[in-house]
Amino acid sequence: MLRQPLTRALALSSPARAAPLAVRRYAEIAPQPDKVEVFIDDKPVYVPPGTTVLQAAAQVGVEIPRFCYHERLAVAGNCRMCLVEVEKSPKPVAACAMPVMKGMRVKTNSDLTRKAREGVMEFLLVNHPLDCPICDQGGECDLQDQSMAFGSDKSRFTDIHFSGKRAVEDKDVGPLIKTIMTRCIHCTRCIRFASEVAGVDDLGTTGRGSDMQVGTYVEKMFLSELSGNIIDLCPVGALTSKPYSFVARPWETRRIDSVDVLDPLGSNIVVATRTNEVLRILPRTNEEINEEWLSDKSRFACDGLKRQRLVTPLMADSRGNLTPVDWEDAVVAASRALRDCPADKLLAVAGDMADAESLVALKDLLNRLGSENACTEQYFPLEGAGIDLRSTYLLNTGIANVEDADFVLLIGTNVRFEAPLLNTRIRKAFIQKDTDVALVGPKVDLTYDYVHVGESASIVKDLASGTSSHEVLRKLEQAKRPVVILGADQLKTQEGAALLAYTQELALRLQDKLEDKNWKVLNVLQRTASQVAALDIGYKPGVGALLSAGPQVVYLLGADSGVVTRESLPKDAVVIYQGHHGDAGASIADIVLPGAAYTEKRATYVNAEGRAQQALPAVSPPGQAREDWKIIRAISEVVGVRLPYDNLDEVRDRLSEISPALVTYGDMQNNNYFAQARALAQSLQKPVSGNLDVKLKTLEDYFMTDAISRASPTMAKCVQAVLKQKQSTY
Amino acid sequence: MAGALTRVIQGSKSHLGIVGPLVNINNGSVRYQQTKTKFGPLADSDRIFTNLYGRHDWRLKGALKRGDWYKTKEILLKGTDWIVNELKTSGLRGRGGAGFPTGMKWSFMNKPSDGRPKYLVVNADEGEPGTCKDREIMRHDPHKLIEGCLIAGRAMGAQAAYIYIRGEFYNEASNLQVAIAEAYQAGLIGRNACGSGYDFDVFVHRGAGAYICGEETALIESIEGKQGKPRLKPPFPADVGLFGCPTTVNNVETIAVSPTICRRGGSWFASFGRPRNSGTKLFNISGHVNTPCTVEEEMSIPLKELIERHAGGVTGGWDNLLAIIPGGSSTPLIPKDVCSTVMMDFDALVAAQTSLGTAAIIVMDRSTDIVKAIARLIMFYKHESCGQCTPCREGVSWMNKIIYRFVEGNASPKEIDMLWEISKQIEGHTICALGDGAAWPVQGLIRHFRPELERRMADYAALHGPSRAERLY
Repeated sequence: MLRQPLTRALALSSPARAAPLAVRRYAEIAPQPDKVEVFIDDKPVYVPPGTTVLQAAAQVGVEIPRFCYHERLAVAGNCRMCLVEVEKSPKPVAACAMPVMKGMRVKTNSDLTRKAREGVMEFLLVNHPLDCPICDQGGECDLQDQSMAFGSDKSRFTDIHFSGKRAVEDKDVGPLIKTIMTRCIHCTRCIRFASEVAGVDDLGTTGRGSDMQVGTYVEKMFLSELSGNIIDLCPVGALTSKPYSFVARPWETRRIDSVDVLDPLGSNIVVATRTNEVLRILPRTNEEINEEWLSDKSRFACDGLKRQRLVTPLMADSRGNLTPVDWEDAVVAASRALRDCPADKLLAVAGDMADAESLVALKDLLNRLGSENACTEQYFPLEGAGIDLRSTYLLNTGIANVEDADFVLLIGTNVRFEAPLLNTRIRKAFIQKDTDVALVGPKVDLTYDYVHVGESASIVKDLASGTSSHEVLRKLEQAKRPVVILGADQLKTQEGAALLAYTQELALRLQDKLEDKNWKVLNVLQRTASQVAALDIGYKPGVGALLSAGPQVVYLLGADSGVVTRESLPKDAVVIYQGHHGDAGASIADIVLPGAAYTEKRATYVNAEGRAQQALPAVSPPGQAREDWKIIRAISEVVGVRLPYDNLDEVRDRLSEISPALVTYGDMQNNNYFAQARALAQSLQKPVSGNLDVKLKTLEDYFMTDAISRASPTMAKCVQAVLKQKQSTY
Repeated sequence: MAGALTRVIQGSKSHLGIVGPLVNINNGSVRYQQTKTKFGPLADSDRIFTNLYGRHDWRLKGALKRGDWYKTKEILLKGTDWIVNELKTSGLRGRGGAGFPTGMKWSFMNKPSDGRPKYLVVNADEGEPGTCKDREIMRHDPHKLIEGCLIAGRAMGAQAAYIYIRGEFYNEASNLQVAIAEAYQAGLIGRNACGSGYDFDVFVHRGAGAYICGEETALIESIEGKQGKPRLKPPFPADVGLFGCPTTVNNVETIAVSPTICRRGGSWFASFGRPRNSGTKLFNISGHVNTPCTVEEEMSIPLKELIERHAGGVTGGWDNLLAIIPGGSSTPLIPKDVCSTVMMDFDALVAAQTSLGTAAIIVMDRSTDIVKAIARLIMFYKHESCGQCTPCREGVSWMNKIIYRFVEGNASPKEIDMLWEISKQIEGHTICALGDGAAWPVQGLIRHFRPELERRMADYAALHGPSRAERLY
């Protein structure tokens, strides 16, 4: 375990002392008021004591080369590439690990420094294969770049003609990561990532000296939902993406900044494309959300965008089989069904990945047809404050702020698989800040230690009323920055409203007592990328009563999670499915309208925190597929209730009419009205007796959860590999 | 052997009458004037290790007879400052190789406590080829070490001592464990050690045979149960050491001599050897000598005298000498002409571009294939490199490849400079000193035996035609 009791003792006794320990911990250093002056190449810079030479140099724009150092991982100091000359020091020092001292004079471009770099570079290359032409890292390889910048201009590896280079057997670590271990330069970034961030101690080194190998000790899959990040971290081509191997060179691809929609966090991504094809997805740094990590589903499910796609409008023929038709026919048929349907028999259901623009268009269409029956697949209790107060259904603390929490209570959620990057924040708090975590719900592996309070919902009731005798209550009450996270899946049940009421009661009782008045305790972790925007726009959560009322026309907007089935509908009901994948929704449809996936449209998504973000089109929709809001706009025209927007800007004007928060991209609103929500929830505090359960319990549950990942062969391979690994004795 | 010889001069009494260089040294708080010119042989009465050869009982009874544990309580009661001062007066420098002043090292531990416990770690992972002094202490005089642990522990306010003993030292670990048990039973250590009111525990931790675990931070990692890979410094162990607590790591010999220093006084110890190199020292003499031995001698004794007096001289006479590695395998060798005059202490050997190291003298006569001998050492370092940092991992195995070609002569003379440069690229660029230790023997070889290397290459070329390396490089 990374977190040792000792670091706790240390932190208690003197906070300043914690800094030297950073060697085996993260490189972040707590800011201190007084600063020291150091000179980088004779340029003075003032930095807090404890800053490393490398960080100080970065402040004046001097980039010191490095391989093993990574700002989000512990300092290893083993590549020795960052050696710099320090005046009055006989030997060059490792800039990544050396804390600055007052008046230190660092020379980053002296002869000694350059010679040291050249020497290290030569050593790194002496056993590195010269296979750049067939290496997937080529073009984005730190070793390539730095050997150009800092290496020698000639080779003297005479010995490779006598005894060859070292060769290392490749390891099989699963279907996502391809290893070519001969290329490894032993920087140990992947090992540190695995044990510090991912919390899976699968990677390590074996052997000694030139026989040292990075690997999994025994042949075994790297069982993490964040495994893809080690591909980005690897400075050479030792770890590359298996699905992407030999696909493209980095300079051939176009890169489009976008956001991810496969989990509720809205991680920022870069979509790399070539010839109108999504080749791979990489993370894009956003300190507020995903830092620079990305979960495996978000990264590797992109091959699902090319399979099971709806490329042409379809209509059921006389035998009930879906057959391709023209857009005109499909739109006319859909419009006729909508027009002829009585308003109270009309139902629209929005799915997991619907964007705000299409959501608002569909709702406006329904309203114009006299119906209010627009709902989402995910349920949320309407009792009490319901969805009227935004703070009741958001992750109010904010993803980044969870790091600062000193106690985290998870209720009925397996954060690790529901929102992997939120879990890394909790883990970071657990390691760095000694945050304690407690869980109410089924026991799952969260990658860190937590107090398992139990599975019963009544625990939440006892905590809320303050009658619980569990130590967690005392800790919660003592915490200065507690966080309570409720999994939205728990709200589906009969007792959901009561559970939410108790959670609100608990969180707001804690919040009222806090010194920090800006700290938000209450969090509801939604399960999908569309839910927050849908609730903001005024969709009713859950189909429940509307479905049992027997609708005549059901309009599914990407609704694929199987809430609406043929069995639940009257026999003569017409199902219109608009979406991008032939999944559960399309298979029950009479009319299929092909829409665009998140990489194919400029669209707004609101993440679990309530932060609106924009996805940009990286490729054009396949075949005859169209942007979703445009399809609805076209139908509205044919039905005869023309929607008043003709282009995206006008749709967004409409969005901002509903809520300005929907178009203030990148910002998180400061939510409030907690007290009112609490007051409204008072009457709902009814007895609860059930047990909490979560859907995603182990890794194999994580990979295939929506239409895109279900269509992805890579994700299918992951599930198989995890299941196979489970058979293994390791 | 040496017992029969009488000491000519005793340093503490020799302040008058002998003309010599007047050197003022500032040894802690005491100013000490050195006037001595002749060093060694050591009188029997001045020997610290009186059971070095195991002729007497190593257990508690025998140890008590030899004066161990005598008035230990009084020493402990004199307190931290007194002990540290006595060590500073003695001028004792660490016996593990680096030669850091022990008194100063101990005084680093006396910072105001922040609530963390402090630890003493004894480095008994004696793995340097040629060195065999610590094992003699542990198997024949273990009580000296245990008493030393207690006194050193008291001096730095440590709670416990961890003795990290080399895994191969089975009998030594066994003897040490027995001695510790005896000491516990006699109340000498443990709760209220020696009745001084001071609680002190001693633990033995056996290594698993890695040379790198003799490096202090790797040793700490190893005790903690991790792979023995050196840590970055800073933070130094005195700040963040074993289990994250302030720690001092000392060599067995350093610890074992400290009780005697405290009993007989720092100035007694300082009277041996040259200033800044004072004391007595265990020398291991191995290789091509008539009677290889471990012997306690005065510091600064001339190398030639040491070998001739205690090791029966070089086989075939002094003129048959080729070179000597004076301080364990990691120190650069010195050729015969240097050996004839050099004194065995820290400063004199540094002046001779080598180092005292652990004072393990490896003597090589003219029958030695010197290139092969050094090549074998490099192979050892290649095998023992932990692989953590680049210059050592890649550089040492590269040097190993080159030097084995040098053994045959299948190389280009231009590669001698290249090898020199590679060794310089390793030296000082690594986390720990193993890289340095691997680079120095090569540098010593090139410095003193370049003609021999060139001759081999010429011979090879005459026999097989020019080496392939000639074309490639």
